[in-house]
Amino acid sequence: MPAEAGERAAPMLSEGGGGGVPLVSLRGVSKAFKSGTIALENVDLDIRDGELLTLLGPSGCGKSTVLRIVAGLTGSNSGEVKWRGQPSLGFVFQEPTLAPWSNVFDNVWLPMRLKGVSRSEAKQRVAEALASVGLTGFEKAYPRELSGGMKMRVSIARALVLKPALLLMDEPFAALDEITRAKLNDDLLKLRAQSGATIVFVTHSVYESVYLSTRIAVMGARPGRVVAEIEVDPLAHRDEDFRLSKYYAERAREASAALHLAMGGAPCA
Amino acid sequence: MRMSRSLSRSTFEDYLFPALMLVIAVASWELYVRVEHVPSFMLPAPSAIAKTLWQDWPTLRDSLIVTLSITCEALVAAVVGGVSLALLFHAWRPLERAFFPFAVVMQVTPVISIAPLLLVYLSSGAAVLVCAFLVAFFPILSNTALGLAAADHNLIELFELYGASRWKQLWLLRLPSALPYFLGGLRIGGGLSLIGAIVAEIAAGSAGSGSGLAYRIMESGFRLNIPRMFAALFLISITGIAIFVFFTILSWALLHRWHDSARTRET
Repeated sequence: MPAEAGERAAPMLSEGGGGGVPLVSLRGVSKAFKSGTIALENVDLDIRDGELLTLLGPSGCGKSTVLRIVAGLTGSNSGEVKWRGQPSLGFVFQEPTLAPWSNVFDNVWLPMRLKGVSRSEAKQRVAEALASVGLTGFEKAYPRELSGGMKMRVSIARALVLKPALLLMDEPFAALDEITRAKLNDDLLKLRAQSGATIVFVTHSVYESVYLSTRIAVMGARPGRVVAEIEVDPLAHRDEDFRLSKYYAERAREASAALHLAMGGAPCA
Repeated sequence: MRMSRSLSRSTFEDYLFPALMLVIAVASWELYVRVEHVPSFMLPAPSAIAKTLWQDWPTLRDSLIVTLSITCEALVAAVVGGVSLALLFHAWRPLERAFFPFAVVMQVTPVISIAPLLLVYLSSGAAVLVCAFLVAFFPILSNTALGLAAADHNLIELFELYGASRWKQLWLLRLPSALPYFLGGLRIGGGLSLIGAIVAEIAAGSAGSGSGLAYRIMESGFRLNIPRMFAALFLISITGIAIFVFFTILSWALLHRWHDSARTRET
């Protein structure tokens, strides 16, 4: 924990140059689709070590596009995406996106398998990844035998199995019920505390973003751009008390106001 | 108590009742022929058909083997051809645009209308085989091609993310995705290859040197041996049912762990 606090301090001091080079930095990134729709315009964004950055915005503001550009799944028309070192990432989609014909073990093994790691060599890492999402003992189960929340856990284990420097999550819990979602949010925070992973998390829920993040990038639509950045105290313990605290309410209000402004002051949909 | 009662009721509804209906249908047929003294060259009784089946078994068995082997050979050729072509289409899209019209023409032209032409060019044995192949080929090709293209889009991206080679993508993603579609095509193609073999043999008619079940039906017709016609017909039906059941079981064995089509609904 103290180490994390130290790391948190570094980027703040480094704004004027110096040590803390961000893990990934986007500068002036723009993206237009073939249809002519401008998905992103001039996005500047740093992803710093150890943070949980949420991209918060209405649908159609290009949150997912930012994630896909960072992942290299799609290109940008202009601007640059700079990684400090080799890109190393895991991706969690909106849907669990598991191979239905493979059991849990084989699904989690997949990224390693694609890198040429044999089943027996992968055993240890797969077991660790499954343990980190609380699915030890489910290796032989097939996706359709699992609940929505459990499928998502498998998906997260798969993204973590190669120990990526960056975990990208595209509205991973949006399709889940409120109770499962709250549980997975807490488990994600625990996972992060244990692994110190850097996470970028896309959501359209103000409350989810405040609860989870250390920093919120609020995005506006048409064209997609970052309109505000809100820091959330990384050291505040996330629990029910946090949800009821004045601090939480203030950050949520701040984020809502930024979101409201980004949508042209129109009534919230 | 309630459990066991509902269980026995469902056994009755699922198995006993359909079986009973079959018995009633065959029995009424038998009864009608006997009571009305219908001559066996008009409509033979089931018992007469069974007797013919028993007496002419050596001849009928040989014909059954001929028909079965043509069906199997045609189906194997259709699977090899259909799957390879689907893979080629998948590897290089322009090929699909160029060749699909040919495949469609082959599919929409009734095989019975091509059969006489094939008999001009080929020996009757080869013509029958080609006919059976032609009808089984298309459903396997089109289903497999559809299956290869139907892989989960997000999974494809995941494979790209981890820099998977095309070969690995094919082996670990495209082929498993295509499997349920392929098996659906196989079930249709299996039935069609039998139909193709029968139709072609009938088209070949007396010109053919064949000795399959269709030939046996025609020959028995000429000789007014109606019970044997029925016996051969019965064997064709049984063969069709056997092919269907075989592929249904195969599908179930390969898919029941993961695919919804093979899922038994829990109540």
